[in-house]
Amino acid sequence: MSGARPLEPWRWLGVPMLQVMAATILFGIPLRLFGLQLPEPIFPMALAFAWAVIRPSILAPFGVLLLGLFLDFFWSGPLGLWALCLLIAYGGALAGRSMMAGQNRAILWAWYAVTTATAMVAGYLFVMLDSRSTPGLIPMAWQFVATIILYPFAQRLIDLFEDADVRFR
Amino acid sequence: MSLRDNPLGELKVPLTWAAAIALVVAVVAATAILLSDRRETFKAEAYGATRKASDTVLAPVGDVLAAPGRWTGAGIDTVRDYFGAASENRQLKAELKEMRQWRDVAIALKDENARFRTLLGLKTDPPIPMVAARIVTDSRGPFSDTRLANAGSERGVKAGNPVMSENGLVGRVIGVTNGASRVLLLTDIASRTPVMIDRTNARAILTGDGGPNPRLDYLRGRDPIREGDRLLTSGDGGVVPRGLPVGTAVKGLDGRWRAVLASDKAPIDFVRILLFEDFTQVVNQKELSATPVPPPTGGPAAEPVKPPAGSTTSAPPGDAKAATAAPAATPANPKPADSADAKAPSPKASAKPAAKAKSADGAEKAPAKTSAEKAPAAKPPASGAKSPSPASSASRTPPPKTDAPAKPKPRPKPPVDGAQP
Repeated sequence: MSGARPLEPWRWLGVPMLQVMAATILFGIPLRLFGLQLPEPIFPMALAFAWAVIRPSILAPFGVLLLGLFLDFFWSGPLGLWALCLLIAYGGALAGRSMMAGQNRAILWAWYAVTTATAMVAGYLFVMLDSRSTPGLIPMAWQFVATIILYPFAQRLIDLFEDADVRFR
Repeated sequence: MSLRDNPLGELKVPLTWAAAIALVVAVVAATAILLSDRRETFKAEAYGATRKASDTVLAPVGDVLAAPGRWTGAGIDTVRDYFGAASENRQLKAELKEMRQWRDVAIALKDENARFRTLLGLKTDPPIPMVAARIVTDSRGPFSDTRLANAGSERGVKAGNPVMSENGLVGRVIGVTNGASRVLLLTDIASRTPVMIDRTNARAILTGDGGPNPRLDYLRGRDPIREGDRLLTSGDGGVVPRGLPVGTAVKGLDGRWRAVLASDKAPIDFVRILLFEDFTQVVNQKELSATPVPPPTGGPAAEPVKPPAGSTTSAPPGDAKAATAAPAATPANPKPADSADAKAPSPKASAKPAAKAKSADGAEKAPAKTSAEKAPAAKPPASGAKSPSPASSASRTPPPKTDAPAKPKPRPKPPVDGAQP
């Protein structure tokens, strides 16, 4: 019965949230090395994907919402933009959870890339409607690449907590 | 007991449904927040208390986190200066030699300019006060390009103030709180800046798209731009002052004209926030847009004699009462339609110096004018009217009024010269 012990929300939701916020702030410092700026990946995307894969949860969507709002405040984008985009990614991963079960690392990485692309396309459309102008595709591509590189962090979180509660195997 | 027999297994389906409902609730909340957001308006209240609070918290955090980077940069600069001092000295000496020649030219031009201004009675824009600030956080995504500067409302910064680095225009302030201000960069998707091409004086709107090189939209004229043309702010609309360096023009890979920003030459660490006030902030909009009530006619008996065709006067000459009742400086009694000076500048910009003049030297303008006197005064001198150069139109100066031929009649309220909206 030890495998059925409940998973503490602060362990798989709270701590990673704080880590992601810290990483976002750290990468937001105005540093320029050899004329190049730091990349700006969407760190919360790794959490949105990993949380959906680990288990369905009532708290996780609100965690994703909070992270999205944090991004909107920190980057000063339209308020609610990243919250909605991350929730779309989370919803997509949650819907495809049964298909992802038991897949190897490369396939999961591809799923992660697909959910990230979905969220960014949604962001592109929302921003286009909001500002009546089309965002550049090259900066979007850079941010997409910088974000999908983060998959190993999502994988680590999945490995840590996927088997923490046997009800969701 | 197998896992399937475990009563806790029954929780799986309800929890999945509950999770789905939670997701829908979160999506609805995010959508509502997104629809209610107003980011790019100039109204201070549109920025929101929550954003102000988050900026107030983030500014010192970013300042502390950026400190090691600053120190490292300063250290590298020190080392580089030490080893490159001799070559830099040679380069600076050559530059100094060239600059001395430019200084002589500048002094001569300054003197000539001052004389022309005196002759024409031009009123140039007053010097703009500035505030220095340090950039503490940075966001560079495709959907938002903003920075947080560590100077805020306590130093007089307001939403809409332009921000410059030592190389050129960086953006403008969109939100201010105590100790911090949010700067919307020229590259942000929501940024629109009126610019002009220095060589041809053609106008365009610099439109950010999240990339490093914003687009030049709405270019007008035939062949208005060439590769390498210098771009300056045009000052149209009164949002930014005229003549601030923006960058140079390049043809993008997509075939559209774009700008290589001057501010990209060096890291944007220290900036100057120009405490420039937009025309709409200076002028009392209510008063300006108020429709004047027409004066009572007094019935058919008191109806004045109709002026002959072609006459531009709105009241019979010498009718002091009627002249008093009709507000002289209202749109109902405008300058003559053929006044070139009245047409050239944009409505907003043309009224700006007038409004300033009203507050600054109202006493000087106390002698009233009749409409007969006003008509010739409204016409600018021939040279100024026929070729309103962009430089002179920037100052939007009311024409000199020394050549009034008619005898002045006092009025209770003097008209504001050139205050047409």
